[in-house]
Amino acid sequence: MTRRPLLAALAATSLALAACGGDDGGASGDGTGNDCTAGKTLTDGTLTIATGNPAYEPWVAGDAPESGEGFEAAVAYAVAGALGFSDANVAWVRTGFDEAIQPGAKNFDFNLQQYSITDERKQTVSFSAPYYTSNQAVVGFADSPAVGAGSVADLRGLKFGAQSGTTSLAFITDVIKPDAEPFVYDDNAAAKAALEAKQIDAIVVDLPTAFYIAAVEIEGGTVIGQFPASEGVDADQFGLLFDLDNPLVECVDDVLASLRDDGTLATIEQEWLADKTNAPVISVD
Amino acid sequence: MTGGARARERLDHERRARRRSAAVATASTAAVLAAVVLVVPRLPRWARVRASFFDGERFADSLPRLLSAFLLDVRIFLWCTPVIFGLGLLVAVARGSRAPALFPLRALVVAYVDVMRGVPVILSIYLVGFGVPGLGLERPWNSPLLWGSVALCLTYGAYVGEVFRAGIEGVHEGQRAAARSLGLSSGQTMRFVVLPQAVRRVVPALMNDLVSLQKDVALVSLIGPIEILRQAGIDKSKFANFTPYVAAAAIFLCVTIPLTRLTDWLLARERRRTTGTAVR
Repeated sequence: MTRRPLLAALAATSLALAACGGDDGGASGDGTGNDCTAGKTLTDGTLTIATGNPAYEPWVAGDAPESGEGFEAAVAYAVAGALGFSDANVAWVRTGFDEAIQPGAKNFDFNLQQYSITDERKQTVSFSAPYYTSNQAVVGFADSPAVGAGSVADLRGLKFGAQSGTTSLAFITDVIKPDAEPFVYDDNAAAKAALEAKQIDAIVVDLPTAFYIAAVEIEGGTVIGQFPASEGVDADQFGLLFDLDNPLVECVDDVLASLRDDGTLATIEQEWLADKTNAPVISVD
Repeated sequence: MTGGARARERLDHERRARRRSAAVATASTAAVLAAVVLVVPRLPRWARVRASFFDGERFADSLPRLLSAFLLDVRIFLWCTPVIFGLGLLVAVARGSRAPALFPLRALVVAYVDVMRGVPVILSIYLVGFGVPGLGLERPWNSPLLWGSVALCLTYGAYVGEVFRAGIEGVHEGQRAAARSLGLSSGQTMRFVVLPQAVRRVVPALMNDLVSLQKDVALVSLIGPIEILRQAGIDKSKFANFTPYVAAAAIFLCVTIPLTRLTDWLLARERRRTTGTAVR
């Protein structure tokens, strides 16, 4: 694709200008999308992006994606800019997980709220190329029996909790294989209450989320360890979620590739997630 | 013999009327079914809806997991029901007590019933299920299964208490007077005269509460345990497909429909017994 260098330059410009709300201009120069996106967005000239309700840190800072602060908010604006949309032409909507995978018409062009790309989900919705790869991590209290665990064998006797429908839950049942069936919750608030009531010993979440909830949501919480991707352990790859076979996917995949190649994604990751990846490693052997 | 002829004529007429209404019912049912079967598949996104909700492969794949998770629902239901009936009966009897010295008990019971009936079951489950164990209980006494069940019992105890109270108040005052005049104490009157009549009278309403409880059992999953609806939710998220919920609903219906028919039957029997005639 000969357009890539140009798009990469535009993306970089859009990032630089994002802070002052500048209008970078797309291929058509008016910030309403480039040639690739023409006629493919929900509303002509506007990119409609969805995130969770509420959206959690460190993915979206302060539940305000419009600010562009937080990893996913920054990625969203970088993608929008590279597609030729000015910040003013980005509209945000909120959806739950179910709304995003329902068969009806979608109210967004793409949705980002740490959706892991799985083959099963691809039968109902489409994903972009991954914009982030995360390890699974264990969170518990600093006095938890799990602290100091070196391998999953040390964890099997514990009672685990996870959020319903996450790859973390699948990780518990498929990789850790604890002796007791895990408990499952709607959100981290309930998991935290169960942790405090000592009904569970530890919860499993993606690593950046683990750091956030250990530092902010669970008083006295700590990231006990992380599981690096290895044989038998698929890394959790987050993708932008689209309506099935949405033609926008290839436009977005092109710009994601250039954002990755020119280091933009790495810069955003460094800015928002740098201090959220350093935890003891737990082997899965 | 004109009387016999007239009777025959009436029978014939009734038979014709029955046949006509059966024909009309059949025709209208067929028309509705045809409309659904013919129209729905022609709607623009039907293929997507069918793939998301009625995927045969997903259905078969989820069913065994859902059935084994449903056993937890059945267990919770079975150990809660007797507790709820016991608690409801105590509430109703306490509320119906007449001794002046028992006023504090009556006030307490009224407050309990008002609060538990007014509070969403979800809050009650969170509060009791996380709150009580959070006070410092150790395993196994902090089990969410235990305290989630306690929350259900407290909520449904209030509902069932009100049903029993309605039954008790529906027993004619003359029954009490007659029992007391025969020398029965106030407690004996309640035990042997009032309650047997009251309970029989409210069986259909109790069945109604049981059907409702059977669905609310699923709310215990909010505090951790994986029962059928949670398992369906896990499968739904894993495959981004809602068919597991349809499968769970099918399992629920296998239980609730017979329960509801049983309720109808009990209701009809009670009506026959109390009115002596069957007016249609």
